[in-house]
Amino acid sequence: MKKLLLTVLSVFMVMSLTVSAGAKTFKMGLDADPVSLDPQVQLSGGMLQLSHWVFDPLVRWTQDMEFEPRLATSWERLDDLTMRFHLRKGVKFHSGNDFTAKDVKWSFDRMRKSVDFKGLLEPFEGCYIVDDYTVDVKTKKAYPLVLNMATYFFAMDSEFYTGTDENGQPKDAILKIGESFALNNASGTGPFIVTNRQHNVILEMKRFEDYWDTNSPGNVTEFILSPIKENATRVAALLSGGVDWISPVPPQDFARIQSDDKVKLVNINGGRIITFQMNPNRVEAFKDVRVRQAIVHAVNNEGIVKQIMKGTATVAAQQGPEGYLGYKENLTPRYDLEKAKALMKEAGYENGFEISMMAPNNRYVNDAKIAEATAQMLGRIGIKVNLKTLPKAQYWNEYDDRAADMMMIGWHSDTEDSGNFSEFLTMCPNAETGYGQYNSGYCNPKVDELTIAAQSETDMEKRKAMLQEIEQILYDDAAFVPFHWQNHSYGVKKNVQAQPVINAQNFPYIGDLVIE
Amino acid sequence: MIAFIIRRILQAVVVMLVISLVVFAIKKEFGDPVRDLVGERVTPEERQQIADKMGLNDPFLIQYGRFVKNAVTQGDLGRSFLYNKPNLEVIVNHAPATIELVLGTALIIIVLSLPLGVYCALKPRSWLSRFTMSFSTLGVSMPVFLTAILLIYLFAVHWRILPSYGRGETVDLFGNGIWMTGLLTIDGLKHLILPCISLSTLMLPLFIRLIRSEMMEVLETEYIKYAWAKGLSPKRVWLVHAFKNTLLPVITVFGVQIGIMFAFTLLTELVFQWPGMGFMFLEAVNRADLSLLIAYLVVVAALFVVVNTVVDILYGFINPTVRIAGTK
Repeated sequence: MKKLLLTVLSVFMVMSLTVSAGAKTFKMGLDADPVSLDPQVQLSGGMLQLSHWVFDPLVRWTQDMEFEPRLATSWERLDDLTMRFHLRKGVKFHSGNDFTAKDVKWSFDRMRKSVDFKGLLEPFEGCYIVDDYTVDVKTKKAYPLVLNMATYFFAMDSEFYTGTDENGQPKDAILKIGESFALNNASGTGPFIVTNRQHNVILEMKRFEDYWDTNSPGNVTEFILSPIKENATRVAALLSGGVDWISPVPPQDFARIQSDDKVKLVNINGGRIITFQMNPNRVEAFKDVRVRQAIVHAVNNEGIVKQIMKGTATVAAQQGPEGYLGYKENLTPRYDLEKAKALMKEAGYENGFEISMMAPNNRYVNDAKIAEATAQMLGRIGIKVNLKTLPKAQYWNEYDDRAADMMMIGWHSDTEDSGNFSEFLTMCPNAETGYGQYNSGYCNPKVDELTIAAQSETDMEKRKAMLQEIEQILYDDAAFVPFHWQNHSYGVKKNVQAQPVINAQNFPYIGDLVIE
Repeated sequence: MIAFIIRRILQAVVVMLVISLVVFAIKKEFGDPVRDLVGERVTPEERQQIADKMGLNDPFLIQYGRFVKNAVTQGDLGRSFLYNKPNLEVIVNHAPATIELVLGTALIIIVLSLPLGVYCALKPRSWLSRFTMSFSTLGVSMPVFLTAILLIYLFAVHWRILPSYGRGETVDLFGNGIWMTGLLTIDGLKHLILPCISLSTLMLPLFIRLIRSEMMEVLETEYIKYAWAKGLSPKRVWLVHAFKNTLLPVITVFGVQIGIMFAFTLLTELVFQWPGMGFMFLEAVNRADLSLLIAYLVVVAALFVVVNTVVDILYGFINPTVRIAGTK
């Protein structure tokens, strides 16, 4: 009996030794989890994060907004319409298949069928295989953002996703609703393989042993992602040691995390601008540039960043953040209450007027609080605001109807380019072309002209001048009320080297994460 | 008797139809589920196409008719937009977490409220009784949400002895993926402690007070006085004569309250990221997953209707006067 006990004990000891040798388990708590395992079914932050963990793009963004080779080792522009990508050799998919040019073409063609991505791929003509490790990507006209878009070209395993699944459905089907093979199965070339997924509860991944990037210092072998919706619970999970990394950190808990000696707070500038739009089709006064200027001058956005955002945002006066091509340094925040009052008087609205305002209350960081502060600030120049805040599930319907005189919208340029802001937010709304889809009615033909011209300008200096001119026009026109660009905030344990793997897109490259 | 049962079943069906109809009628107020399924770039026309495909643009009566038809003929309550699975499957998958939470809480309530309630009745002036009574007032008046956060900060963040979120390690009870249980692993049991305590703070004071007052009432009755007069030992009088009679009304109330507790798990599940039905319900509201919401409300309504009907039928068997009252 004693002997048996000893054997059992020693077996257990050996087992526990092998498990702990070099294995680093990394637990992450995020506010939401990716909706599926199909990288092309939905264009959202959560899905792109997952894509960087399980799949790999041709190129990716570095922290200082440069392009870093991934599955493409180099690229060259052959002519105005063609970009040639040279692909990495010796890369394996999780299924064991080899990665070649046909996977790139296959993934590209599949992405064009996705409702969410086909808008992004509109400028492209097609993807052509030159040889096993070379592809040419052609655009319909000269297009300056081919590399920006190549950050979306995640390679899916074409063999793995070909054929039919057990229900007789094609494995490559892209389905929003209903079962499809790709929703629950994944084979990419990325650093992690999905081992267990329970929607909204847990996503478990383990390191891919044949991962091509052997130079990566990353040492995470087990990667467990838990969605933790409640802000307080998420922070508690970090402070109690339940997880190693949380994101986002609610601003009210910054001090709490900084004061704890087991964890640290990491911030990085992000590109999502928060704005209010003024609807000239609903309010006559908004047609007067002096009134719009008065409103912009009445809003103390620096104060909001300091008080409400606790410094976790960058004060804005234009659409695109620093680092983007169109960024113009001389455009500065304009809070000036006296000037605002003078402008109102000049425009003949000395006694003010009454407007309605709407904002979401669970979409952007502190969105409802920002709206409340704005309503109060406008009160000081005689504009009486009737504010309504709504959960995002209901807000977007109201937004589509432009149901209030002033409405909040946040926007992140998915091409990481200034032009994208104008295309969606400030170009004259046009249902046919889709431009100005989220614009509440501001319209200046010069902005349209410049934005469209910039879309096919490949000379970056000329392009920069155009995009900067747009920012200047919008600034002078007071086309919208700018607030700030949201930062990305992470709370991590002291031994987690988060700083090197985060970026402005909020796609932490966990494959390269080092845990001491 | 058969006529009575048939009539009850018909009534139950009518109740379910009315409930589902009401939910269908107000579902537009919850928001647009398509918005949650697509990226911001997707144009309004494409969103409309998706809504068309999902049948969300059909007239209200057609949608409702389709729902009833599928529900009746195939037992199909539709598909969840959020989980992308049949609604029934989603609900069944989330049920075990809630059931285990309620079971754990019920256990805490039984183990603590019985001795404390009895003690408070027997020794109303002792310091422990006074403490229990004032503490229970505090428990009743504190919101579950606050209690939960307080517990997390004390036990998880400060002392670091218990986990703060989730269910921990679970094992598959029947090997078919339906019932994932946390009751069989140490980690799972640890995860149960804090949620169960915070959920119990609501009902525990209530039961202590109930048991105390019932017991005190019983102690005043004639037959207890008679027992004392017979010269029985205090132990015998208290535990056998008094306690037994205290228990009957308490059990009745307990049965009712357990049902109510299922409704109260909502906030507890939210704070502890507990993947149960309350959590699922909140997610569905948040993300405008109307299909899942409707299915959930219909299932809950069905449960209540079935339980009530069975109880009524049983009453009919036991006490025929109920039947007679029902026929007139």
